[in-house]
Amino acid sequence: MRVTQGAFSFLPDLTDQQIRAQVEYCLRNHWAVSVEYTDTYWEMFGMPMFDLRDAAGVMSEINACRKTYPKHYIRVNAFDSTLGWETIRLSFLVNRPADEPGFRLRRTEAEGRMQRYSIEPYATDKPAGRRY
Amino acid sequence: MNEPSQSPDRGVGEQGVMALLADLDRELIGLAPVKRRIRDVAALLLVDSARKAQGLPVAAPGLNMCFTGNPGTGKTTVAMKMASILYRLGYVRKGHLVAVTRDDLVGQYIGHTAPKTREVLKRAMGGVLFIDEAYTLVRPENERDYGQEAIEILLQAMENQREDLVVILAGYKDRMAGFFESNPGLSSRIAHHIDFPDYSGDELMQIADLMLEPMGYRFDDGARAAFAQYLQARMQQPHFANARSVRNALDRARLRHASRLFGQIAEADRDTLSTISAQDILASRVLQAAQNGVREPC
Repeated sequence: MRVTQGAFSFLPDLTDQQIRAQVEYCLRNHWAVSVEYTDTYWEMFGMPMFDLRDAAGVMSEINACRKTYPKHYIRVNAFDSTLGWETIRLSFLVNRPADEPGFRLRRTEAEGRMQRYSIEPYATDKPAGRRY
Repeated sequence: MNEPSQSPDRGVGEQGVMALLADLDRELIGLAPVKRRIRDVAALLLVDSARKAQGLPVAAPGLNMCFTGNPGTGKTTVAMKMASILYRLGYVRKGHLVAVTRDDLVGQYIGHTAPKTREVLKRAMGGVLFIDEAYTLVRPENERDYGQEAIEILLQAMENQREDLVVILAGYKDRMAGFFESNPGLSSRIAHHIDFPDYSGDELMQIADLMLEPMGYRFDDGARAAFAQYLQARMQQPHFANARSVRNALDRARLRHASRLFGQIAEADRDTLSTISAQDILASRVLQAAQNGVREPC
C-alpha cells in the first residue's frame, strides 16, 4: 500500500529534476532545507542546510542519504524561519521502499464487549533496523 | 523555427563578452596575464556553446584556479570579479562567491573537519569557492593536523562535482609552491595557475586615481608629482604591498589633508575639501626617510 505523506504524495514519484526544481523554489524563498529518513521515527540526515544558493548541495545530500538508506522513506523538509511562520513550509517524500507492506486494522475487545480499533503497520512486525 | 532564444547559455554572445572584457580592462589596472587568461576562458566558453549548437561534443572545461602573487596585487579583488564574470558567461548557475579561510574548513576535533568542509562546499555550489591563504591548510610541522582531511574532501568535490563548483585558491607564491609540493594531486586538478605580477609605478598611480574617485577626492598637479615621487621611494622600502600600500598612503594623506584644514573648516569650499595638495603627501615619513637615507617600514 502506497504511503501518502507530505506534498505531491498522490502524484507519481518526483524525478530528480522535479525534486531539484522544488528545492530551487525553497532556496529562492530562503527556506532552510533538510533531509530526513525514517526507520521508527524521522531522523535527521546531517544538519539542516542554511545559506545555500543552489540546489546542487541538497541534491548531493539526498543522494548520499539514498545511498546509505536505499530502502527507507526519505523526505525533504523546508523550514521557513521568518517571524510569524517559523515552521516547516514544505515537506515531501523523495524515496520510498520498493515494497510497502501497508497497515493492519486491529480490533481489540474491551470491557463489555466494546470494540477498540487501532492501526499498525506490517513493517513493525520486524525489529527496528530491518523494517524496510 | 530557427533558434535565436532557445539556448540560454548563448545568451551572453560575443558582444556581451566583449563588453565584459572591456569592463574588466577599465576596472583592473595592469594585470595583463590575468586578463589574457580570462579572455582565453571566455573565448573557450563561447566556442563551446557554438560547438554545442553544431552538435559537436563538448567537455566541461575545468575552471579551478590558483592565484599567486605578492601582497596587494589584486588576488582577492579578481576572485570577487571572477564569480560575476563566470556567471555572466553562463558557466556557473548562481554567481555568488563564498570566501573562506582555514578556520572555516578545518575543525578542532577528530570528525569535526569533514562536516565543516562539506557544509562550506554545499554553500558554494552553483558559485565560486574562494580559499584565501590556501597554504595555511597544510601545517607540515604538525602531522596530526586536520588540514589534510579538508584538502581530501575538497579534492573529491573538485573531481566529482565539476559542474557545480569552481574553486579558486589564493596565496603568496613561495608558500603556495610549498603547498602544492605536499599535495601534487591538488596542483594537477587546478587548470589555471595564474601569477599576479607586481605593479609598475605608472599603474600604481592609476590605481590611486581609481581609489580616490569614489571617495570624492582628487590630486592637484603638485600632489600628483609628489605622489609619484612617494611611490618611487615606497617601492624601494621593505614590506611594500602594491595596491594595499597605495590605499594606506591615501588614507594617511586624507588624514593630513583633514588636519591641515582643521580650524578653518567653516571657510573651506567644495574644492578645498576635495583636493589633496602636495604638502599632504610630502609630509610623509617615507619621503623624509628616503631623503635622510633611513629605511623605515610603514
